[in-house]
Amino acid sequence: MLESKAGIMLIAGLAFFGLAIAGLAFFGLAFVSNAVVPALMYQDLPELAVENLVNGNLRYQFEDLARRYPDSFEKAYGKPPEEVAAREKWFNQKTADTLRLGRKLYVGEACWHCHSQFVRPVSNEEQRWGPVSRSYEYQNELQRPVMFGTRRVGPDLSREGGRRSNDWQAVHLFKPTSLSEGSPMPQYPWFFDGSPDKPNARGLAVLTYIQWLGSWLESYPYYEQYQPAPLPAEVPNSKPNE
Amino acid sequence: MTNESLTRDVPPNRDLIEERLVVWYFLASIAYLFISMFGGFVMAFQLIRHNPFNGIELLSPGRWRMIHTNAVAYGFIANAFLGNLHWIVPRLTLRPVLSRPLSYLIFGAWQIVVLSTAGGILLGEAQGLEWGETPVWIDPVAQLGLGLVAVNFMAPILKIKGPMYVTLWYFLAAFVWTFLTYAMGNFVPQYFVCGTSAGAVGGLFIHDLVGLFVTPLGWGSMYFFVPILLKKPIWSHGMSMVGFWGLAFFYPLQGIHHFLYTPIPMFLQYGAIVSTIAVEMVVLTVIVNFFGTLKGSSRALATNLPIRWFFTGMVFYAITCAQCALQTTLTFQALIHFTDWVVGHAHLVMFGVFGQWLLGIMTYLFPRLLKTEWASPKLCEWHFWLSAVGLFVMALDLTLAGLFQGWSWAALQPWDASVEISQPFWIVRIFAGIAMFTGQVLFCVNLWKTWQLSPLNVAAVFSGEPSGVSHRTV
Repeated sequence: MLESKAGIMLIAGLAFFGLAIAGLAFFGLAFVSNAVVPALMYQDLPELAVENLVNGNLRYQFEDLARRYPDSFEKAYGKPPEEVAAREKWFNQKTADTLRLGRKLYVGEACWHCHSQFVRPVSNEEQRWGPVSRSYEYQNELQRPVMFGTRRVGPDLSREGGRRSNDWQAVHLFKPTSLSEGSPMPQYPWFFDGSPDKPNARGLAVLTYIQWLGSWLESYPYYEQYQPAPLPAEVPNSKPNE
Repeated sequence: MTNESLTRDVPPNRDLIEERLVVWYFLASIAYLFISMFGGFVMAFQLIRHNPFNGIELLSPGRWRMIHTNAVAYGFIANAFLGNLHWIVPRLTLRPVLSRPLSYLIFGAWQIVVLSTAGGILLGEAQGLEWGETPVWIDPVAQLGLGLVAVNFMAPILKIKGPMYVTLWYFLAAFVWTFLTYAMGNFVPQYFVCGTSAGAVGGLFIHDLVGLFVTPLGWGSMYFFVPILLKKPIWSHGMSMVGFWGLAFFYPLQGIHHFLYTPIPMFLQYGAIVSTIAVEMVVLTVIVNFFGTLKGSSRALATNLPIRWFFTGMVFYAITCAQCALQTTLTFQALIHFTDWVVGHAHLVMFGVFGQWLLGIMTYLFPRLLKTEWASPKLCEWHFWLSAVGLFVMALDLTLAGLFQGWSWAALQPWDASVEISQPFWIVRIFAGIAMFTGQVLFCVNLWKTWQLSPLNVAAVFSGEPSGVSHRTV
């Protein structure tokens, strides 16, 4: 066969075809080992919808927003129904919707490029942030795509929920340096209507999302000296903004 | 300087190459480089707490950080490579691309993709995938564009009878892999899997984007330009094939090394680490091959500026790859993951290697496209030295910063301590950035002056007859 030009062409063609297959096969092999295998391994962990992520801890924080910023809250969500069961359902639904929006903002503002969401079993991270991350924590709609992150300019946030009160978070988002001197974090005044005690719908959503992080853990809130911040009504003679 | 004598039966350039389009691609590429550098500066000034735009929504450092990386990958690097492909592919295959109108359509579509990516990110519509922040509604258009690119360039390549030069192997592979990589990275973690498995795909995407899109186009171009400029064949064709097939086999297996110590199963993490170390052996063969080619002609490093750009890029490549083999180990990861070490590494790859190559290619091709020598060789020198030294300082500085940050965290210092110790490094980084920026400004000044010397009039490049002037050699 090798005597004729056509024969050589045939062999060259076959070789080319074989190599093209090899190129695709290598890509495929990598896709199987790096993507399909982990996907199959987590098949038994169902992906939770946002509605299933609303837990007691998060509801507490969301209702805290309603009490702390009643005007902002009403402006963003309207009034909850009076009747108990309907009210319960309303709050759960609003929490879930807000969580979705909060996650969209967390992505859109690139929070995840300076704050990671996983605690590693090395570098004393367990001591700093709490329990090492586990797979089931990520099997939900809000981790699609996953928010692991690759850089920590600021701290990891996967156990941030409940560590600090909503008003701390609000003031910090409005102007980080007012609470954390020397912080290189940018200001996010567009989450507020002019002052940190007036979060708008976006601000409330980001606050809800931050408070959700880690709210599913037994060790929540993971903070040695945790003290709930007093509501304005509980502090006599308090003025807002102080 | 032309190789007309070697290619007597070759159709003239104007029948092969749409030179006007090459110029357009290069100009677009430079424009995006400036947009990207602006984003880099916004973030860098924010980190040293002197961002003049702090609190302005549309200039938010977070959003501009994403524009920074996307404009580099899809604006600067992709545009420059597309222009470069419009030069190399027709000259190597001696056939024009499939269709000129299609080429212009792709150019337009690609600019729309990149601009709407930037616009979408600016409006807070980013997708939660690193290097894939392109809003989800643009992804299908980008995918289509990549498909058309593949068809347009693969048509002349596949008509070749007989053995193919290694450049074309790299290009063919890149067209197919880029298409597949983009689809995998942008659709799978968005629509099919979540959580840890999405992380694995995301890692594979970041990795393949560098390894299967930028790297093969980059090395393919080097295999084309270096022998032409040194006027001798590549040292070993056999070795060039080892490099190609080694890359094809080992490179895609490493995606998970971007997410070590995550809940991704350890045996998969080990697999990624081992393949990463293996590919460094392959890289070594490529580096040896090029320096073997340079051997005996090393004076070209002093006299031939494009050659100097290319080999500087290769030295940076060797440094990056040596870094890879170390930083992929679990020992290093514990310390340097999440730190500025990684940021330094990324700059070393994207600007130090591919940026150097592409700017070198532009330095070589602009005189040929504009039919006149560079107006100021001195400015060309400044462009090179400011870019190369600026980049080297930045990479070294961020690498060191990463070590200090890692140690500060492991020592359980208060978080603020790691920010404070970073300040000197972040300040040095600004100056390195200013050097790189100045280099590109000088490049533009030089290009403007050269343009005015060009026998082509500016209007012809933007509208009139393609390559309307006689092709005198330069």
